[in-house]
Amino acid sequence: MLDIAVAYNRYKFLGNEFLTWLWFLIATDQDRLHKYDSGIVSLTVGNRLVLENTRNNAKETITIKGDNAGLEEGLLAITKGAAVTEIHLSYKAGAHTWEFSLKGESLNISNLKLPETGPVETPDDIEGVVLEKVYLIEKVIGLVNNLFTHFIHLRVSHAWDNQTASQIRKWATSTTSN
Amino acid sequence: MGLLSSRMSITRYKVVGQLDGPVHETVYQGLKAHMVPKIEDDGSDAAVGWTSFESPYSPDFESYSFVFGTYMVFALRIDKKSIPPKLIQKHYVLDVAKHLANTGRHFLSGNEKNAIKENVFNTLVRRIPSTPNVYDLVWEHDTASLWFFSNLKAANEVLETLFLKSFKLQLIRLFPYTTADLVAGLSDQERDVLGKLEKNRSGE
Repeated sequence: MLDIAVAYNRYKFLGNEFLTWLWFLIATDQDRLHKYDSGIVSLTVGNRLVLENTRNNAKETITIKGDNAGLEEGLLAITKGAAVTEIHLSYKAGAHTWEFSLKGESLNISNLKLPETGPVETPDDIEGVVLEKVYLIEKVIGLVNNLFTHFIHLRVSHAWDNQTASQIRKWATSTTSN
Repeated sequence: MGLLSSRMSITRYKVVGQLDGPVHETVYQGLKAHMVPKIEDDGSDAAVGWTSFESPYSPDFESYSFVFGTYMVFALRIDKKSIPPKLIQKHYVLDVAKHLANTGRHFLSGNEKNAIKENVFNTLVRRIPSTPNVYDLVWEHDTASLWFFSNLKAANEVLETLFLKSFKLQLIRLFPYTTADLVAGLSDQERDVLGKLEKNRSGE
């Protein structure tokens, strides 16, 4: 395996491409998401999306935030070659909702809000609450791992260059021109 | 931010290697050997070590278990004394003036200035209490996975170093490349392609 620091910097782009693909998938093919996570009710873009364009050695960052914000600027940026570097997601499974942000370069999860768990009223409650929290965190980590696994298999296949990359471009172009 | 917080940040790791002995006993010994000191060392400006999840400010692995079901849950504590630079400057200027007045001189040598600065810093470090920062972690030994409840670079670096020192196990942070390599189950052929991948330029 590559040196960790080298690998981190060398493959930052992979995480950003993953988030761009994920946004494309969320917008165009919720059915496929069900295949990747059988318990999923929905996965939607939340209140923050950050894109970065590093064309021509210049760095341009586009941040879209706010509840129900329009994402047209982000799509326009995609058509110009930008990639998503951070995405806030709302994930529903069963009767529960999770909210979290995912960073492309690190795949770190931040600002994770779990569904409500039982209160800790006595020291005896702690173990139950810990295990419940761990179970709920595992659902999110499982989802991210599952989605990334599907993405990476696609990314190293011919289908990425032959189909997916152009589909993403077409989606962004057609949505912005509508 | 920790496991019981309403909002949390998580950095994911893969634990590489095998523990040298029974799991819980070996981890317990590692935690005890590298527990954060109960009594603050007045002369030091930082202290790091393990602490118990349920009692982070009074580390105690005897009264509080670190085993929760199939998981091990404990915390990293980093105690740091931060002395505002302006406070150091104030005491330094006062001490320099006092020194000049006592000696009747008009100038101090570079070495004397450094010695005064060091003395000011050491005096302030002894007087200022440290600020504790507690970061929970969840370790599932069977799957070799570990979640650390912070995305802070410095805290993650301390974790990686202390973990290796305590348990003789390496932590590999799961970012895009390592997730692809260690979690995604790529074939040898796919791994070869991964090694040659370049940034997608199709949008340009």
